[in-house]
Amino acid sequence: MTSTTDKKNINLTLKIWRQNGPDNNGFETYYADDISTDMSFLEMIDVINERLTLEGKDPVAFDHDCREGICGTCGTMINGRAHGPEKGTTLCQLHMRHFADGDTLVIEPWRSRAFKIIKDLVVDRSPLDKIIQAGGYISVNAGKAPDANAIPIPQETAETAMDAAACIGCGACVASCPNASAMLFVGAKISHLALLPQGKPEAMIRVMAMVNEMDRQCFGNCTNHRECEAECPKEISITNIARLNREFIKSGLF
Amino acid sequence: MSWFTNTFKTSIGKKLIMAVTGLSFICFLMAHLAGNLTLYGGENAFNSYVERLHTFGPVITLIELGLLFLIIMHILIGSVLFYQNILARPIKYKVYKSAGGRSLGSATMPYSGFIILAFIIFHLINFHFADKTNNTIFQIVAEAFANPLYIVIYIAAMIVLAIHISHAFWSLFQTIGVNHPKYMPLIRIAGIVISLIFGVGFGFLPVYVSLI
Repeated sequence: MTSTTDKKNINLTLKIWRQNGPDNNGFETYYADDISTDMSFLEMIDVINERLTLEGKDPVAFDHDCREGICGTCGTMINGRAHGPEKGTTLCQLHMRHFADGDTLVIEPWRSRAFKIIKDLVVDRSPLDKIIQAGGYISVNAGKAPDANAIPIPQETAETAMDAAACIGCGACVASCPNASAMLFVGAKISHLALLPQGKPEAMIRVMAMVNEMDRQCFGNCTNHRECEAECPKEISITNIARLNREFIKSGLF
Repeated sequence: MSWFTNTFKTSIGKKLIMAVTGLSFICFLMAHLAGNLTLYGGENAFNSYVERLHTFGPVITLIELGLLFLIIMHILIGSVLFYQNILARPIKYKVYKSAGGRSLGSATMPYSGFIILAFIIFHLINFHFADKTNNTIFQIVAEAFANPLYIVIYIAAMIVLAIHISHAFWSLFQTIGVNHPKYMPLIRIAGIVISLIFGVGFGFLPVYVSLI
């Protein structure tokens, strides 16, 4: 290796939450030496896991899939920030160049009563799926595909709906919320359907069903801290929560 | 009644009650502050304001009972939400950092709320339930604020109130669904201005009364 590539490598101390059962848990310290700053955060954990495997130890379990920032599978807390310190970034898109040589990183799973830990950094996010199952869909009769422009939708509305639909369901909003509330997730899902004509027929039933399911899954109550908006890797705005509130008022009171 | 209970037992339903009751308190505080400003007109102005207010008799009693009902709702439902939010994360993070969303107001809402409750009880004992047979209301107020400890308590309580309202004001608009990039910045500024008006407006009165 040349000296320039040597310069790009950093040494880190990782304090990772390990959990292999209800009582078998706690933070373990690992030394991540000689980590290339070109690596993504997940590639860094891959390297740690390779080393652990060679030592005959149990590798760190973590969720990941596309590694392109679009699937919503990855995500942990790094030094108290969901998906790490960079704005609008999933964990897989976070690169090691954002960390300095000698840093200590505390890596924890999403913490919420609704998200049970499966192993180490992997949590069960099926409560979010349950909310979708409660009403986050539209009912369409099967048949011939309709004409693409049969239903006119203003460009601005389509864009607003698309911004809400950018939610990848990673759970960072719940993880970063001081109340472990899922309101940004539900707000995004309600918004992207409520804005479009296809979502309107079921809008009133949908919002009640999804909010009830959200409560049943024991997510916290939103107190407008706005941490979710600041941490969301897709930068989804809390105006979607306001739209959820409007839809709820329409459904509940009118 | 089922639609009613179904709506208000939910998380958003409870928050709606918090928002609407909170808005009514802000309206009350505006009227309360406007009345209290007569203190700057001196003893006679303040006493005649209070006298005039009491000529409304049963209307005032009705408003008082209404406020009592709203305040009980605000406290009870606020406590339930606070308790549920503690339960929602049984295992805390070892390290937690704000991404920049939280403010002093939002982070302390339940605590500032309970402090304001304690203050309201103290305040009512001081003035509302004070023995008014031999003293005018101005004399009771002047006597209370002759004690520096009272001045300190009142100013501290008004600072806490201002912090509470700095988050409460814009937050209640968000909860009732009024949030748009067009006017939300204006609502946020209005919230800061109103909390400053309440903080300074009420907070300076004890100092002024002690000086005259």
